[in-house]
Amino acid sequence: MSLPPFQTLLDSHGATVHRFLVAAVGPSDAEDCFQEACIAALRAYPRLEHSDNLRAWLLKIAQRKAIDAHRARARRPVPVEHAPEPASPGMPAVPVNGQPVWARVRELPEKQRMAVFLRSVADLSYADVARALDCSQDAARRNVHEGLKRLREEMQS
Amino acid sequence: MNDGLDRDLAEAAGTLPTGPSLDALRRLAKRAKQEGVLDVAYAQVDSPLGPLTVAATDRGLVRVAYPDHTLDSVLEVLSREISPRVLEAPERLDPIRRELDEYFEGHLRRFATKIDWSLTADGFFRKVLRTTARIGYGKVLTYGEVAAKAGSPKAVRATGNGLGSNPMPVVVPCHRVVRTGGALGGYTGGIERKEFLLALERG
Repeated sequence: MSLPPFQTLLDSHGATVHRFLVAAVGPSDAEDCFQEACIAALRAYPRLEHSDNLRAWLLKIAQRKAIDAHRARARRPVPVEHAPEPASPGMPAVPVNGQPVWARVRELPEKQRMAVFLRSVADLSYADVARALDCSQDAARRNVHEGLKRLREEMQS
Repeated sequence: MNDGLDRDLAEAAGTLPTGPSLDALRRLAKRAKQEGVLDVAYAQVDSPLGPLTVAATDRGLVRVAYPDHTLDSVLEVLSREISPRVLEAPERLDPIRRELDEYFEGHLRRFATKIDWSLTADGFFRKVLRTTARIGYGKVLTYGEVAAKAGSPKAVRATGNGLGSNPMPVVVPCHRVVRTGGALGGYTGGIERKEFLLALERG
């Protein structure tokens, strides 16, 4: 069995992994997470037993790094310089941590949060969400739906 | 279902960056090297003979490819024969890039870059290429002379095949091997390139 060169993987799926991370952990943590995820992927790559669905494999590694970053962030106080600044007149307010809707998704329970990001940002099928989260397809579907349902309820309240 | 949430998610997705920055990719290549998880680094190097793909391992230069080979096909062979941990890492190839620039300007007569022979099985072909690597700038040997120096004076045809398989043209100067009587013989990158290199070295 022969694996594609890692650079080819990065060229094909690096953008998706990066976008997923920017949404899941915010633009500033995403840069570190991206490096960590790629290094972890490179480390494991030669031992990979098949080359099926390398995108889901990369996202599985990336979502673990996103969970680590999220937990680390929850443990540390928010530094003052990261506090959102008031938008200057005429400029759209771009929060430091990205779009407000991502901030709300980030409040969901871990499984729902990752399932929603993988589905809505990385555009994975439920089968691939299941692969990335190491769960059944039913569980992947349920997590996406329950997460979205919860967000809708919050929007209405 | 198309509601406020779907709209928010779609709008937010539209603001995401299109991918990691070039700087992020450069840092990745650097860090991969530091952590020992970069096995094959490659870069494209401009030359008068077209853009060359050059690749190196920790042991040295492993591949120089003319643009007749697609980048994908070059990388696939490296992935299969050496390691799938292949990354574009231009900084890692800076030393050989400089040497190639100087060579094509006519200033460099001997490449100092170390060579990794991994892509050539340890046998007669490798002996032929090692012999060829010792032919000096501006000198030529015949296929028969190379065969003899490689230890098999009768293996003239196999010598030609070995040179044809040279994974590092220009640096391992297979262009310096010609037919008895002065005809150029074949060349891995096409006969025009062989003529160009020999003319360059005649100065």
